[in-house]
Amino acid sequence: MNVIRNVTCPICGTLCDDLEVTVKDNVIVDAANTCAISDAKFMNYSNPKHRNLTPLVRKNGELRETSLEEAIKKSAEILVDASYPILYGWSCTSCEAISAGVELAEEIGGVIDNTSTVCHGPSILSIQNVGIPTSTLGQIRHRADLIIYWASDPYSAHPRHMERYTAFSNGRFQKSEWAHYVARLRGILGKKRLSRASELVLMKEAELPVVSGGKLPPKFETDKRKLIVVDVRKTRSAELADFFIQVEPNKDFELIQALRLLVRDEEVETDQVAGVPVSLLEDVADTMIGCDFGVLFFGVGLTMSSGKLQNIDAAIALTRDLNYRTKFVIMPMRGHFNVAGANIVSTWQTGYPFAVDFSQGYPRYNPGETSAVDILSRDEADASLIVASDPVSNFPRRAVENLVKNPLIAIDPVVSPTTAMADVVLPSAFVGIEEGGTAYRMDRVPLPMKKLVDPPQNCLSDREILQRILHHVKRLRAQRGIA
Amino acid sequence: MQKIRVTLVTGRTIDQGATKEHGKLSDDYLNNVAVCELDPEDLSRVGIKEGSTIRVSTGHGKVVVKARKSRRTPHVGIAYMPYGLWVNQIINSQTHGTGMPSFKGIQAEIEAAPEEKVLNILQLLKKNYREKRR
Repeated sequence: MNVIRNVTCPICGTLCDDLEVTVKDNVIVDAANTCAISDAKFMNYSNPKHRNLTPLVRKNGELRETSLEEAIKKSAEILVDASYPILYGWSCTSCEAISAGVELAEEIGGVIDNTSTVCHGPSILSIQNVGIPTSTLGQIRHRADLIIYWASDPYSAHPRHMERYTAFSNGRFQKSEWAHYVARLRGILGKKRLSRASELVLMKEAELPVVSGGKLPPKFETDKRKLIVVDVRKTRSAELADFFIQVEPNKDFELIQALRLLVRDEEVETDQVAGVPVSLLEDVADTMIGCDFGVLFFGVGLTMSSGKLQNIDAAIALTRDLNYRTKFVIMPMRGHFNVAGANIVSTWQTGYPFAVDFSQGYPRYNPGETSAVDILSRDEADASLIVASDPVSNFPRRAVENLVKNPLIAIDPVVSPTTAMADVVLPSAFVGIEEGGTAYRMDRVPLPMKKLVDPPQNCLSDREILQRILHHVKRLRAQRGIA
Repeated sequence: MQKIRVTLVTGRTIDQGATKEHGKLSDDYLNNVAVCELDPEDLSRVGIKEGSTIRVSTGHGKVVVKARKSRRTPHVGIAYMPYGLWVNQIINSQTHGTGMPSFKGIQAEIEAAPEEKVLNILQLLKKNYREKRR
């Protein structure tokens, strides 16, 4: 039995690096300091039912087992035969593998795009437009006394974010609000039990309290750490917050602009904005101005709804306005554990963070044109290589129809709808469990991923698979006399 | 049968995240992702109970999932579905020049579909994508 400490978690952009994993006979038997998602991953990663363990190639419509060499050769042929292939995924693998992927994309004149294109792509476009006043998570943990999660549900997507970096973390200058939260939670649970009991006794639905009241709670008068959640529905995170503001769907832009007016001491000449009373917004603006160090974490609720990058422009502008009055920073809640790394590697190697098109022989970047969903929707790609991602699940139907009708190569440790539809499946090792490497946290701090156990036979690292494909591609191109 | 108009929001849930690690072909994943959370008032407007099958449709497709009663209310007129294969059957692929489709704030209609079954991943892939292959 071997306990490995300070393990970096291969789940979300919070990249917790305090996990303790117990390994016995090359199998993980226990993991401590995990969240529900990472616990599920560490306890199920080796389940042969959902693991790709042998290379597969589609023959006569069926996926058949084949040798690794054969699968890699077939992949290289597909990529060399294609005139406009897409290389997509990358956010659940190491920076080293992404680097190999960029080289492959350049060699075959394809498009390399990562999952940020359907995640924080609009945030990146906005940051390129207006810049971003941000900080590391360590600064926030120690100093932030006002924490806002806007259109983000960390409880569901980044389960330990609050505990490690914000409201429930014990910083040097800011204490954890855990005890207050537990007291409040007991109150909420009591109310829920009461309403359930009354439902049973009276045979009718009990009236639930209104979620966003007209004013801030008394706690906001004190100098304790405060947590505000803004969302279109009451999420689990909203339940943890000191205050929840329910904004109407697709109206975040209006709400942010109204707050900007109030922060600049201008008047909002209406009673409510995006379903929120202006009197409440005035209090929120006062709280923002009155804090010593505020932080606005925003989720894909802003990037995926109407306005997209303009919502982020507005949020960054609000942060900039607030910096005339106090100290305020803003940070996107990056999803997959190395999606920030995918942007960073892509930027240092090609100049652009995602949606990079090498078809002209040099890198071109024009999201909306060279981004994966758009290329697929226009039915322009004639082959795809997917690494550690599942676009068949996560892309809209029309894009997927065009993805699966052309040759599709999937490099993935697990069985997914994408591997089920693929023509070549290359089983790989889990980064952060069976393979080491580097990943970037959401605040762009690089952290090492550890190798905890050996991968199953036939499961190479993503990096090695890509390098082998690249090797075959170069040989094939030389044979065919392609420059 | 009553058909209601809602604003559809998609997103992550902790159960979707955890059951994804049990395997995307697992029943756990199906039970937690092929669902649509509705406000209790909307459930009664459609005339259904929690666990009934419903048809969610937009201008871009239809999908059959199980209805769930939302635990955190009120959000009348807002329906919520976890990210996954099911909800993507009804999402518009248009990105308006940003690379990002609108996964949130979508106009949708919901109606009871007692005669239909929720398809699992392999059935859904076969029905919607298999015949598209060359």
